[in-house]
Amino acid sequence: MSIFALLPELWLLGLVCALFVASVSDRKQSVMSWLPLAAGLGVVAAAVSLGARGEYLYATYKLDALSQFFKLVISFGFAVVAGIASGNKDDKDLTPDYFMLLALSAWGLMLLSSCVELITLYLALELSSYSLYALIPLRGQDRRAAEAGIKYILFGAAVTALALFGLSYIMAAKHTTFIAALAASSWSFADAPLAVLGLTLFLAGFFYKLALFPFHFWCPDVYQGAKNETAAYVATIPKLGAVVVLVRLSAFIAPHLEVTTTLAILGAISMTAGNLAALVQRDLKRLLGFSSVAHAGYVMLGLAAGSAAGMSAAAFYSLAYILMNLAAFYVVCAIAKNGENPSLDDLDGLYRRAPALAMILAIAAFSLVGLPPTAGFAGKLFLLSAAWDQGYHWLVIVAVLNTAISIYYYLGMVRHAYTGESEAPALAQPRGYLIFGGVLAALVLLLGILPAPLYDLAAQAAVHLHP
Amino acid sequence: MMTQNGFPVVTALIVLPLVAAAALLFLRREWPVRMVTLAVGILECLLALPLLGYAPNGPAFQFVEQAAWLPALGMTYHLGVDGLSLYMILLTVLMLPLCVLGSWTYISKRVTEFHFCLLLMTSACIGVFAALDFVLFYVFWEAMLVPMYLLIAVWGGPRRRYASIKFFLYTLAGSTLLLAAIVAFRQVGGTFSIPDLMEQSYGFKFQFWAFLAMALAFAIKVPMFPFHTWLPAAHVEAPAAGSVLLAAILLKMGTYGFLRFCLPLTPAATETFAPFMIALSIAGIIYGGCIALGQTDIKKLIAYSSVGHMGFVTLGIFLLSTKGVSGAILQMLNHGITTGGLFMMIGLLYERSHSREIGDNQGLGKFMPIFMFLFGLFSFSSLAFPGTNSFVGEVLVLIGAFQGNTWIGFAAVPGAMLAAAYMLRLLQRVTWGEPSAYKASWKDLGVREWVTLAPLAALVFYIGLAPALAITTIEPSIDRTLAAMHTKNMALGLTKDMPLAERWRLTGPLAVAGVSDFIRKEHP
Repeated sequence: MSIFALLPELWLLGLVCALFVASVSDRKQSVMSWLPLAAGLGVVAAAVSLGARGEYLYATYKLDALSQFFKLVISFGFAVVAGIASGNKDDKDLTPDYFMLLALSAWGLMLLSSCVELITLYLALELSSYSLYALIPLRGQDRRAAEAGIKYILFGAAVTALALFGLSYIMAAKHTTFIAALAASSWSFADAPLAVLGLTLFLAGFFYKLALFPFHFWCPDVYQGAKNETAAYVATIPKLGAVVVLVRLSAFIAPHLEVTTTLAILGAISMTAGNLAALVQRDLKRLLGFSSVAHAGYVMLGLAAGSAAGMSAAAFYSLAYILMNLAAFYVVCAIAKNGENPSLDDLDGLYRRAPALAMILAIAAFSLVGLPPTAGFAGKLFLLSAAWDQGYHWLVIVAVLNTAISIYYYLGMVRHAYTGESEAPALAQPRGYLIFGGVLAALVLLLGILPAPLYDLAAQAAVHLHP
Repeated sequence: MMTQNGFPVVTALIVLPLVAAAALLFLRREWPVRMVTLAVGILECLLALPLLGYAPNGPAFQFVEQAAWLPALGMTYHLGVDGLSLYMILLTVLMLPLCVLGSWTYISKRVTEFHFCLLLMTSACIGVFAALDFVLFYVFWEAMLVPMYLLIAVWGGPRRRYASIKFFLYTLAGSTLLLAAIVAFRQVGGTFSIPDLMEQSYGFKFQFWAFLAMALAFAIKVPMFPFHTWLPAAHVEAPAAGSVLLAAILLKMGTYGFLRFCLPLTPAATETFAPFMIALSIAGIIYGGCIALGQTDIKKLIAYSSVGHMGFVTLGIFLLSTKGVSGAILQMLNHGITTGGLFMMIGLLYERSHSREIGDNQGLGKFMPIFMFLFGLFSFSSLAFPGTNSFVGEVLVLIGAFQGNTWIGFAAVPGAMLAAAYMLRLLQRVTWGEPSAYKASWKDLGVREWVTLAPLAALVFYIGLAPALAITTIEPSIDRTLAAMHTKNMALGLTKDMPLAERWRLTGPLAVAGVSDFIRKEHP
């Protein structure tokens, strides 16, 4: 076994340990000086081990194209969140243990992307969740943070129980928990009613992470209550974990089975409910929360398609989603005064106070709408193509109509930034921090103009699962 | 990248404004920003000169450029020019320097951003007219919305927020279904390449739904009655350059879409829906004319007259005859020149009087004779006076209408009379009306303003007096499209002379069948 194959996991684990040492050491020094760089090196490590293949731990842990693709994206997302937090040097809450929990959660998600057995999957999911349960209430003296934390834990515990219950049904019906073995058997309701019911319940655990309707009720409240930096993390990286598992599981579900139909219906409701609720939000983080409910629905297009194209579209879209959402949260964190939640009105006159931030926000917003030439458009096009190819015409129509609904509130952000007037003073941002945001926005555009390399990578991963 | 002529002309036309836009962000002073944009505009005009070497009877698409984009999904970077897009590209290129000159003093705040938006618009518009890949087309089609939105929202009039959001929501909502149609075409046709898709035939049920999805997007963009409500608000609130771009180029995208996609890709559905589209066009002509007649705001008057003029264009298109379609294309060009010129002049007037009300701008003949001369010229062109450009286009459309069906011809004629009524009334009051009060600021046109308007004025006469040059370039492309269309329709048993009731007897049951099963059954 080559140690280099597991480099991304090991690197992140090393980072967790280093942060742990920093958090218990007497010298209270900021980790911000080295953490973004170290997290950036993690991206390099993930890129190096992109071609790693192998099976470990009695074939419960597998390195394949899919897991390595997602590890790259997760490490990138973690690096970005660390970078966003680095712009906020005087925040007293950003202690080493805060980042340790963050890194631990990312590590859990990395493990999650390689698990090919339901019980290990469950363990990895819990590992990534527990640190989030601790992270969300970490926000100064804010009472809303405690409320958000409790909501997240209670919802999470309930859904976890549901998932475990489903797992027991699958085990009872199929006598195995290995995805490969499960894939070989039939998943139509007529053949295995218990297993289909169990799978649906098990999936609920991941729908919760993804904030898919009706498991989304925690989402806006938690975003609103959590620290801006935490919200940036919770809104993006854990969703990747959910997507990777859903891609793995739905790889053995053919189109038009009961489960995929459920996915399609949940997706359609999720898009519509998320977008309609977002229309009336004033708090930016709440708005982005509801928008993420809608985006979870869009991802379902690819999963419901159940084809190789659908899987790669879902993988690509989740990458596009974290890019554009992180860019949006970057702006939220940058304009927040003393870590407060910014509202739409706080965006007024942003073009004058911080032109670069306004530009980044506009690119992120238009990408979230799905306007070309951005990553959001490319991703949406792949999803629509995949779903249409499998005959989900109604779902495609629902998705495009939802795009039309969502324009209003995304455009609202741009409108406030560019046409609103405000007496507030200019927002000074360190140059390095601005460049970092600029790179994020440039990536959003680049992925929209030249999606081919990353799409091919995602396609490789999907073809492997869906030969 | 594969190119036909060595130098990638069209790519250069698209990329140059983009590069210049990026460069503008590094300029801090206003004057260099204007100069750079103007230089880019002039350079674009020079770059576009090789396009004049287009051979009307050569291959369908010339100046073709192709490069891999996303092979996994069959998306290619594919550009080309035919008789249809040639003049639209030339018009777009011409408008850029004129808009820069026209807003030289009009725009005084956020100058860099303004020119940034102008350049992005130009690039995206050229892309729309040159794209030969359906996704690439959509990319440019949507990309143009953002700079236009900002042009209205930032530099517009008092109700700019309302107008800009209405514009954005309407047009984007319309084109989301276009995206669904594009995806559907790939599944049925197996490619995004427009020339390849044009080669194939599609079942009627598919055509029916695809036509509706595409036509909604295009009809909103044109805008056809009753989808026009965003237009007057956008026109009135937009700054002069924004109105010019809207009138000259944006509206043409809708009619271009009909010609580029509906006619060749969904010929049978186009034939079936043609009577309805003609009815809507005539309604637009009459409605636009009547509403224009009642306006007291000059800009609003011209905006509503646009609804009428574009009605003539869509009427020409859906007559589905060579005369009608060539008249329509010529009219697209003419409307760009004439209405573009008028909007530019209203901008100049507004700079002087700070009002767009007819009542506040009366009796100008006394103070601003040169201005009134040009205003009169564009007004006469707008009402299709013989010798001006619009006359040729409108007459071709009307001849096409009378050839097709006398009643259609008769129904469209009042539109021309209404145009004469509201334009002459406007001209009479603005030129000879009782001046409200002499204003020292009412100076006649300066050299810069002359230079801005002269090319448009020259084109009014050039096309008006020698229309054959343009028509001979356009017609082979139209003939090709219409011939392919009729051949495909014959195969489905649909002919042009078939009465409406019979057409629907043939196609109706197919059309109303379920939405979801049409591809599966017809394309197993």
